[in-house]
Amino acid sequence: MQSSATARKVTAEGWLEPPPLPHHYDTVENHQSALRFGMWLFLGTEVLLFAGIFVGYFVFRAYFPESFEQAARHLSVKLGTANTLLLLTSSLTVALAHHNAERGKNRNAFWLLMASVVMGAGFLCIKAVEYAEKFREGALPGKHFRFSEITAPGGPIFYVVYFFSTGLHAIHVVIGMSLLTWVAVRCWRKEFSPGYYAPVENAGLYWHLVDLVWIFLYPLLYLV
Amino acid sequence: MTAPITTTSMAPAGPVFPKKHYLNDGTTVRSWLLTHDHKRIAILYLISVLIALFLGGVFAMVIRLELLTPGPTLIEALTYNRMFTLHGLVMIFMFMIPAIPGVFGNFFLPIMLGAKDVAFPKWNLTSYYVYLAGSALMLWGLITGGADTGWTFYTPYSTTTTTNIAPVMLGVFVIGFSSILTGLNFIVTIHTLRAPGVTWFKMPLFVWSIYATSIIQVLATPVLGLTTLLVAAEHTFGFGFFDPARGGDPILFQHLFWFYSHPAVYIMVLPAMGVISETICAYSRKNIFGYKMIAMSSLGIAFVGFFAWGHHLFTSGQSAFDAGAFGAISMLVGVFTAIKVFNWVGTLYKGSIVFTAPFAYICGFLFFLVFGGMTGVALATVSLDVHWQDTYFVVAHFHFIMVGAVMMGFLSGLHYWFPKMFGRKYPENWALLAAGLIVLGFNATFIPQFLLGNAGMPRRYYEYPERFAALNVASTAGASLLAFGFVIIAIYLAVSLKYGEVAGRNPWGSRGYEWDVPSPPPTENFDQVPVFTRGPHEYQDVPEELGKVGHAI
Amino acid sequence: MNEIMRRLLFLPEQASTFAKDVDHLHYFVIIVTMIASFGVGLTAIAFFWKFRRRSEDQATPFVAPTAMFEVLAISVPLTFFLWWFAIGFKDFVKLTSPPPDAMDVYVMGKQWMWKFAYPEGPNAIGVLHVPANRPVRLLITSRDVIHSVFIPAFRVKMDAQPGRYTETWFTATKPGRYQILCTEYCGAQHSKMWGEVVVMAPEAFDEWIKEQQRGLVSRQDVLADETSQVTPQGSLAQWGKQVAVYQGCLRCHNVNSTEPATGPSWVDLYQQRTKLTDGREIIADEAYLTESMMEPTAKIVAGYQPLMPSYQGKLSGPEAAALVEYIKSLRSDRTVQLTGGEE
Repeated sequence: MQSSATARKVTAEGWLEPPPLPHHYDTVENHQSALRFGMWLFLGTEVLLFAGIFVGYFVFRAYFPESFEQAARHLSVKLGTANTLLLLTSSLTVALAHHNAERGKNRNAFWLLMASVVMGAGFLCIKAVEYAEKFREGALPGKHFRFSEITAPGGPIFYVVYFFSTGLHAIHVVIGMSLLTWVAVRCWRKEFSPGYYAPVENAGLYWHLVDLVWIFLYPLLYLV
Repeated sequence: MTAPITTTSMAPAGPVFPKKHYLNDGTTVRSWLLTHDHKRIAILYLISVLIALFLGGVFAMVIRLELLTPGPTLIEALTYNRMFTLHGLVMIFMFMIPAIPGVFGNFFLPIMLGAKDVAFPKWNLTSYYVYLAGSALMLWGLITGGADTGWTFYTPYSTTTTTNIAPVMLGVFVIGFSSILTGLNFIVTIHTLRAPGVTWFKMPLFVWSIYATSIIQVLATPVLGLTTLLVAAEHTFGFGFFDPARGGDPILFQHLFWFYSHPAVYIMVLPAMGVISETICAYSRKNIFGYKMIAMSSLGIAFVGFFAWGHHLFTSGQSAFDAGAFGAISMLVGVFTAIKVFNWVGTLYKGSIVFTAPFAYICGFLFFLVFGGMTGVALATVSLDVHWQDTYFVVAHFHFIMVGAVMMGFLSGLHYWFPKMFGRKYPENWALLAAGLIVLGFNATFIPQFLLGNAGMPRRYYEYPERFAALNVASTAGASLLAFGFVIIAIYLAVSLKYGEVAGRNPWGSRGYEWDVPSPPPTENFDQVPVFTRGPHEYQDVPEELGKVGHAI
Repeated sequence: MNEIMRRLLFLPEQASTFAKDVDHLHYFVIIVTMIASFGVGLTAIAFFWKFRRRSEDQATPFVAPTAMFEVLAISVPLTFFLWWFAIGFKDFVKLTSPPPDAMDVYVMGKQWMWKFAYPEGPNAIGVLHVPANRPVRLLITSRDVIHSVFIPAFRVKMDAQPGRYTETWFTATKPGRYQILCTEYCGAQHSKMWGEVVVMAPEAFDEWIKEQQRGLVSRQDVLADETSQVTPQGSLAQWGKQVAVYQGCLRCHNVNSTEPATGPSWVDLYQQRTKLTDGREIIADEAYLTESMMEPTAKIVAGYQPLMPSYQGKLSGPEAAALVEYIKSLRSDRTVQLTGGEE
């Protein structure tokens, strides 16, 4: 994104000087606000991507209320809650990392970001456990559905919505973890300072979105 | 800081070809393929979309040739079904949606704002490669298994057909990403990179139309992305989201699909409208009649266009209430277009008009937009749509807009901006001839199709009842004329790239901001931050340069 | 006047009560469209001529629209559009409100044919008989993918969707034969999925349907899944022949000669050594024939496209066996007379 870290000099405070302003921007503020605005727009597109599957959820819930309730009872609220806590905490550490990077405290930011990555990995492990159980039970989408515990019609559809929405979300968790790792590496290299911390902020925003989508998925799938 | 360049600076007496410009600033393949320059990216897009246009045109000719006789003519049914799927997908996703924003948007948006590049140049290049990758994946899927679902891939046919749907769906998903990234880039550019003095209501109208287009691209395309993923997943894994046998709902697909695909048609038409706003002022040397109305109506189309999608579902058994709501909203969108048309015609009033090829395309655009747009209103009149839905009437309607309006807009812009982009003029006589052939050929191709729709010929028909034969033959004859017109354009533009007369900075005497920079522009666009002292569509005073710089003929 | 416009616009004959209303609105809309588009185009040309550039230094005035202009530019089109919408919507509501005394007909679309059933019988493939001047309600569904029933002469269209019923209705006004076309792309033979509405004088229709119902022993519901769609008559092979006609197998498989069609001919098929697209060679025995009905893409004969839909759930066990027996009976070296069923 910016010129390589090796070209930038270390300043007196210990962090690298900010990268040069791209030639087509007149001020740093303008550039930073463009980066932020671009990120928010991109997050908007992600919201719309998930919006469609939420529409699907509501439509099919209206068609098959009983099987949705039955299936929800067979999801582990314990594991779902654990996942929610993991993501919420990781959002907190990401926000703290942003706070630290803004002040040039790169090492702190590094550890906080890695903590988020680890929690993201934990989230995926729990999801894997849940998926494995579904495969065992036969609680699978569409033509693979063999879960006799769901007696009302619409069981296969619930699992289509479940696997598709959590699967798409999991892919975004992986993307988020990659972004956070990459930004963490740059923290290790002491690239951020009060004059330049936009990548941390933007990666953090992405992670917050991933968290937000889960905050909506969790109650709809697990709790109601 | 030295004095800013003002727009009344004098150009040298005769047309001059600049020594250093964006085309020769680095001549290695690497400098082109890894460029960050928005102008070079525009040229890359131009090459790709013209290839796509050619491919789509070939598929169209195969279709029209097959339809010369009521029975099997050249190819068999499965091949034909793949042909119209190919034609639709290639034309829409590889040409119509990326063409004007990707080529003219990329090239001129920064210059029109007084900027040196778009907000995120590297993402701009990425967007181009994402477009290529998605196109490659989609084409590969279409050529190997070969989808035969039509570009609308309705379920459950698309999720149960034995043809190769998944790569095609994923290809469309990836191309969609390119569309989103471009739109995002343009929105941020317009918000953050305007030169001092370029306020919102001083922006060229082309920029307004790109802004409205980008909003739609950013908001609507993700829904298409989701829909293609769902169809691919269902086809591959048997999910059953859209399959009634497993509790799914095929109508849900139609709602999700058209939620994107209806605003998508405005992604296609708004940029063309923006081009026309530019060219109509330039060739009539006249201010735009009602700047604010045109700017706001672009936003109006974008906004209301999001709520009209249900008019594609009038015959799918939806309730009368739904049909009524969507029908009424569709009428509103038509009004915004009507405002623009009246304002464009008003621009010609008391103008100083020269009949060049771009102006010929403007005339074609106006006629076809009104005719095609009003047949759209006719289709939105619910009871009439019952007869016309899924017949050739609909095919004629959308080709009137897509080819009649958007393509004319593209051609008008291509000829208008050819001197700016390449520093040379094209031969006006050949261009006028080609324009005439295209307008004539277009009418001959698609007016019979309106009549075929009236007569009751459905779409996507490989064979048809005898009584439709004469109109089909007429339509094919027209298509040949249309194709011939395009061939002529391709030839003289290619020749003019090298041998055209040097154009000079402003051969048309246009007031558009982009004509302040040399033709072709330097990589940096501007040496210093430009100050534009007048609006981009204002011609009421006569600076000396108007008389001294030549024009295209 | 109506006739002139109708012919000019290539519209089919007006054979339902609905058609005239639709066509009148059509004329209104199209005439205004023509006037508007030609008006705009010609005005542009006229303005070009009047205001063509006379000298290079020519200045132009700054012309801005008056408030009145913009008000008119919005209100005139909007008035027309909403007026058309009002008329069209009123007609659409009529189209979606069948009268309570309408005669019901069940329509089922399947790849690639139309089946019709009257509640008291009979059933028919491809041809729908209706009385003139009496409202008829169509209850439409599909067996597989989305199709659409379109009767141009009646100006009537409604999608046939799997898993649910849609409805539309019409009152035919004059006896005659009117084509039905499928208008939702549904695969390889979409463009041949035609049918016919035969409109008869009311008395003639009453006689016809009484005649049809005389031979029926019990009410047949063409859309039920549990029982055979065809009452067994005669030998197993004879029953198989009726099933073949009923299920539409004969649209793609030849039973009169060994000529290939969309699918392989059934004549001499049984026990034939057959080459498949993946290079394997198999013998077309009972297992293969049954598998080909239930999972047609498992083994595709070389030189053919994978077009055959599955009959899983659509053929009962005994029906599949009957079909196999029928196929076994088809030999070119001896003719086996089978009676019963239509062809």
